[in-house]
Amino acid sequence: MQFPILSVIVLTPAITGILILLIPGERKSEIRVAALAASAVAMLLSFWVYFSYDISAGGYQFVEKYDWLPSLGISYHLGIDGISAPLVLLTGVVMFTGVLISWGIDDRPREFFALLFILATGVFGVFVALDLFGLFFFYEIAVFPMYLLIAIWGWKVTREYAAMKLTLYLFIGSVIALVGALAIYFKSDLNTFNMLLLEQVNFDPEFQKFWFPFVFFGFAILGGIFPFHNWSPDGHVAAPTAVSMFHAGVLMKLGAFAALRVGIMLLPEGATYHMPWIILLALVNVLYGAFIAMVQTDFKYVIGFSSVSHMGLVLIGFATLNREGLIGAGVQMFSHGIMTALFFAVVGMVYDQVHTREIPKLGGFVKAMPWVAVAFIIGGLVSMGMPGFSGFIAEFPIFMGLWRYQPWIAILAAISIVITASYIIRVTGRVFFGKIPQEFRDHTKDVTVLDKVALVLLCTILIAIGIFPRLMVPLVESGANNILRLLGG
Amino acid sequence: MDFIASNLLTLILFTPTLVAAILLFLPRVENQLIRWVALIGSLIPFCLSLYLWFNFEPSSVSGDITSSFQFREQYIWYEAINSSYHLGVDGISLILVLLTTLLTPVCILASFSIKERVKSFMILFLLLETGMLGVFLSLDLLLFFVFWEIGLIPMYFLIDQWGSEKGEREIWGGRKVPARNYASFKFLIFTMAGSLGLLLAIQMIGVVTGTFDMLVLFQQWPAVEGDFFGIPFTTVKAIAFWAFVIAFAIKVPVWPFHTWLPDAHTEAPTAGSMILAGVLLKLGAYGFLRLVLPLYPEEARYYAGALAFLAMLAIIFGALAAYGQSDFKRLVAYSSVNHMGFVVLGIAAAAFAAGSDHAILALNGAVLQMFAHGLSAAGMFFLVGVIYERTHTRNLNDFGGLFPLIPVYGGILIFVSMASLGLPGLSGFISEFLVVRGAWPVFTVFTALSMIGLFFTGVFVLKGLKQVLHGPLNERWVTNNGDTPTNEHGEILTEITFRELVVIAPLMVLMLWIGVWPAWILDVINRAVMVLF
Repeated sequence: MQFPILSVIVLTPAITGILILLIPGERKSEIRVAALAASAVAMLLSFWVYFSYDISAGGYQFVEKYDWLPSLGISYHLGIDGISAPLVLLTGVVMFTGVLISWGIDDRPREFFALLFILATGVFGVFVALDLFGLFFFYEIAVFPMYLLIAIWGWKVTREYAAMKLTLYLFIGSVIALVGALAIYFKSDLNTFNMLLLEQVNFDPEFQKFWFPFVFFGFAILGGIFPFHNWSPDGHVAAPTAVSMFHAGVLMKLGAFAALRVGIMLLPEGATYHMPWIILLALVNVLYGAFIAMVQTDFKYVIGFSSVSHMGLVLIGFATLNREGLIGAGVQMFSHGIMTALFFAVVGMVYDQVHTREIPKLGGFVKAMPWVAVAFIIGGLVSMGMPGFSGFIAEFPIFMGLWRYQPWIAILAAISIVITASYIIRVTGRVFFGKIPQEFRDHTKDVTVLDKVALVLLCTILIAIGIFPRLMVPLVESGANNILRLLGG
Repeated sequence: MDFIASNLLTLILFTPTLVAAILLFLPRVENQLIRWVALIGSLIPFCLSLYLWFNFEPSSVSGDITSSFQFREQYIWYEAINSSYHLGVDGISLILVLLTTLLTPVCILASFSIKERVKSFMILFLLLETGMLGVFLSLDLLLFFVFWEIGLIPMYFLIDQWGSEKGEREIWGGRKVPARNYASFKFLIFTMAGSLGLLLAIQMIGVVTGTFDMLVLFQQWPAVEGDFFGIPFTTVKAIAFWAFVIAFAIKVPVWPFHTWLPDAHTEAPTAGSMILAGVLLKLGAYGFLRLVLPLYPEEARYYAGALAFLAMLAIIFGALAAYGQSDFKRLVAYSSVNHMGFVVLGIAAAAFAAGSDHAILALNGAVLQMFAHGLSAAGMFFLVGVIYERTHTRNLNDFGGLFPLIPVYGGILIFVSMASLGLPGLSGFISEFLVVRGAWPVFTVFTALSMIGLFFTGVFVLKGLKQVLHGPLNERWVTNNGDTPTNEHGEILTEITFRELVVIAPLMVLMLWIGVWPAWILDVINRAVMVLF
């Protein structure tokens, strides 16, 4: 029997989380070290899985399958393909960097890390689950700790409101999706939740058309699709830094990924039928998100709305249902995840120093925190789709897919690039350049070594993929080909 | 040596990046070390491009466009969308590579006077060089775009962070921003907005043809027929043509897309203005030559008249606007609009009369004008920088009668101004003559009107000279304590230093050399140009 590496990745965080709870709460440094060690293990294993995935073979690899509740057709069934492998890596990286920059959390770090790790298990689980029931199981595990993390450690002003709003939105979404999933289960008559088998059932087109919106929107709410996006900026802003990184970096991908895996892959004809108007919603995401980001005065809200805009590109890529669009969307999920984690890390570092996020009050931090400034600029370049960075590698095929699908949408969506550039430049100029306000001049320090490690890791990934698309694109391409087969292309 | 020969272009392209990476690890405070490493590092690509120049074989060119590119390298880059890392040079890109690698060390030497954040400045400057060289070397449309955009970022920061510290601009809402931030933002947004159309057109080409390789596209794209989502390809191509043209026209810049230029040039640090005028503007013109002419021969011919009209307006308005300035640097900035107008005029004439002798002459002139203007504009901006560093003013009314105080500087200024004006015997004359000679039979009226613009070129150049060097000595600089001319603000007007002479000398030598004996460079250009048709 092969080594169950996916199970190890999925369960490491949860088990560590439980073990951390056993450490006495006042021994904070032990707690932190344990958390760091576990997240490093999870990250290294996800790197290993990512690089040892055999692209030429394709399909689902590292598959593990055990019966769990055979009478209902539920099994513990894990495996990754070209779309989910980058997302597993993303989760590993965000988890590791999230722990690094949360080193300074002094308020009950034990509970914080435990909850964060349970969340991580849920996220890993969704990305590797091949069983519909398992997917929902992990999905709920991922959503629940979020509520506590925001409500307890979040920004004091809005945390209760944002936590409640976020959780309700996501629960409603998952209930709707669950209804759809059950409909699929019963309609198939196979008495199985195995997605690989469900993929092969050619559901009746009328059935697909009716149920597709349930499944797709149920999950796409978590992906931030317009008009169900407005939980996300509130949630991002209220969350503590590491949770924002997780939230925007990974959780939104969770929604998009589940919408792809359950919605598009199980109900391909429904997807084809509904995509023309879903693409319009996603277009609204892209443009509206960028416009709103442009007028925000809160640093963190700018990034929050930019996530809405960028996730719109992911959904647009899916909605084109062609090769370029799917490849682009797959890369964009990863690229945006790393980029937005970097952004939120930067915002957190600035906030920790000055305790305000009002852009007009900030300025001149490049002198005090050069690493942070450079990291933000790199993130900004990725976000505006600058060639040489991963954002370009992701967005270019999405736009090509759009050209193949409907040229005028590509032209409209491209406007967002200029808007993004203008707000990124504005924020960079206001926050990092110019004069540093008198009140911050004396007590602004550079960030710690651990923070720098996190920033460097994230930036390196963004640049590496931008310069060597080969590191990721062929892998995603193999995943996209699999989806295209289901779509009958 | 084999390794160098077979990877020559990659080496030229990425040596600056490598040097920038080395600089990253040098201690921030060792300014002198950083300067010298940057200078010596930037001389390596120059030596390599000299090697390239001497090993380039213009005689091997046959009529086929594919074989005109030498030192080709092709590696897998972005396989999923069929784009590769494909480099190569022909005669046109060769001289622009030479210009870039020459101007970069010159600019770095000129920036030795920068005292703030030397390390970041040098790193950005070297990255900028890679960006510019990449545009000239790429034979893949996507790669071209990658480098096209990458160069923007260092330039933005150079203007934004090291630009002139004085001056404010009022923006909407009545808020005042420092002029350099205004200028850099305007530069970036103009160029990015322009490249948006280019990006979309490139994507569309990629979707239609399934490749980004220029050599393949040169054959395929002009021949594409049928329709695209119900729109006939003639219309689609006309729209894509304008998308390309506007992107490049903003960069050149052609009137009326030029308004970013005076701001950016004026606010940029001296070396930034030198490289902006010397090389960055050429990127736009190069885009016309490399992409617009071969990809859209029919559309280019059809719209050449409009382009020539705009070029003529750029020549006339550029000259008039330059004459109207009282800021020395702004005067030189507008002169770029004027001179680059001739490049576009030559290209437009060539597009219209493709295949004829006039076209070849005009195109020869246009390419040589790119090189000549690269030399003279960089020289002019440098000289403006030299006097600014001493006087901290660029206002022409603050100068006057300085010739006796700084005779060597004055002589050099006159020499470079004359090259810029197009005095026979210096580089500008040959190129402008060729353009005018080639364009005259094609667009007689526009060329004749441009000649009037040329007259105003003389007027504004002389105005600049007169206000700086001649006339009664401005009272600010009246000497009151012995030999050093110091004004009441304690500013000292000293003669040009040895380092500054080293900066300007190679430019002057080339101006004279091309003016007296242009055959060595025209031969290379001519063979490349012949292949274009």
